[in-house]
Amino acid sequence: MLLLNGSGCLDALIAPDVARALDAFVTKTITPLPRDGNAPVRIAETEHGMLNAIGLANPGREKFLDEVLPHLRELGFPLWVSVGGFAADEYAETCAALDDVTIELNLSCPNVDEAPESAAEIVGACRAATDLPLYAKLSPAAWDVADTARAVEAAGADGLSLVNTIRGLSLDERTLRPTLERGSGGYSGPALKPIALAAVYACARATTIPIVGMGGVRTGRDALELIAAGASAVALGTVLFSDPDAPLRVRTELDVERSARGFDSAHDARGIAHWTDAGQRADVHANVL
Amino acid sequence: MKRARLKVLGNEQIGPYFLIRVGCGALDPGCPGQFFMLEAPGRVLPRPMSVCLAPAGELAFLIDPIGPGTRALCALEPGDAIHVLGPLGHGFRLDVERPLLVGGGIGIAPLPFVSERLGAPPALLGFRSEWHAEAAALIPNAEVVIEPTYVTEAMPAGHDVLACGPEPMLETVRALSPDAQLAWEAPMACGYGACYGCAVEIGGELKRLCVEGPVLAAA
Repeated sequence: MLLLNGSGCLDALIAPDVARALDAFVTKTITPLPRDGNAPVRIAETEHGMLNAIGLANPGREKFLDEVLPHLRELGFPLWVSVGGFAADEYAETCAALDDVTIELNLSCPNVDEAPESAAEIVGACRAATDLPLYAKLSPAAWDVADTARAVEAAGADGLSLVNTIRGLSLDERTLRPTLERGSGGYSGPALKPIALAAVYACARATTIPIVGMGGVRTGRDALELIAAGASAVALGTVLFSDPDAPLRVRTELDVERSARGFDSAHDARGIAHWTDAGQRADVHANVL
Repeated sequence: MKRARLKVLGNEQIGPYFLIRVGCGALDPGCPGQFFMLEAPGRVLPRPMSVCLAPAGELAFLIDPIGPGTRALCALEPGDAIHVLGPLGHGFRLDVERPLLVGGGIGIAPLPFVSERLGAPPALLGFRSEWHAEAAALIPNAEVVIEPTYVTEAMPAGHDVLACGPEPMLETVRALSPDAQLAWEAPMACGYGACYGCAVEIGGELKRLCVEGPVLAAA
């Protein structure tokens, strides 16, 4: 079972040992031009999660390819590059410039104003630009995420990353004004888990491509639930902020959890949520069989 | 950077603040001005705290209970245990000739450790009230001013200033003493460069305070 980090939740150059404990490292989203990101305050804790409004801060495509990617390659672990943009051709140009990585298309950042073209259009443009594995990272805020999932699969996506953060707002307890300078931000952490589970569950029924499940994973039990809902890999996000040792811990806990339920491997538990009580597979799409 | 579950050894109220002492286990106390991320019981994110004192085998943190995380930390009792990550960031350079420690409010937190390492140099501390100023007892050789007097009105010239305090104080210190070393504060989710939450403007660019700082050169 593959364990990754959520994009934007780890810097492998600053914390290589944390990244090494994962099966692959996912970069922060790269856009064609450099971005400073949003003005501070950019993060806020809430009762059951956190909000961020970083705003896709990144060095831009050129500097990433020339200066960052070579250093990441020196670390020796598999790389996923998160690609962002504000039009389909921007995504596609970055995809075309990449080699020997898996690409995750960030189709769902809640912290930029520009409305992206439809997810399927972007995936289609990127598919035409590269033969590298393409994962589409979707927002859980869509009315029907399974519908979007079907569309990106048809457009050539090799996999899905579910889910990105969902828009939220927190108010300062004293002034009752937004805590974040930008106002709203992307909500992540424990509160996101049921939302992620619902998206993975729905998309596993709707598509045949592999799913990286993420959203509120803190423990091995959380990871097992996403696998049961249909994920074939799991990513850690907010938990890395509070616990850089989470990769090893979650892996160990996952082994204990799946073996306590009689599964020889985490893979054997994949899609189990779709089975009936009688032990029969529900009539669902091939992805969970 | 290491993470360990550390036992709380003591919690003493000093004015409105709390001095939390933990056994430091296998963690290195680091240098004055560096910080640790402390698990705030019941909260999603840990809280960044600079080391206040580091006697043998211990780490002590001075905390102002101003929000849910710091209130949870200030409610810790001896025998409780919390996860602690660190030491993190860059602390103060201690190769200075005529040190003067300048602190404002809870910003004095890293200064007792600095004072100890520099052999009790002169310090100038400002507080909102006599009650808050009780914390000045943690720093020897200190002159204390109370609002409406500010430390920046009482700062002598000709020193190597090492300062920590509220932003307006640090901005004024920067103007008065361009060679000063200033310890800044920003909300942080991780403390180790992962979240990009603690961005501050450094040299015209937004950079991560946890990576570049929290102690930065004034100019």
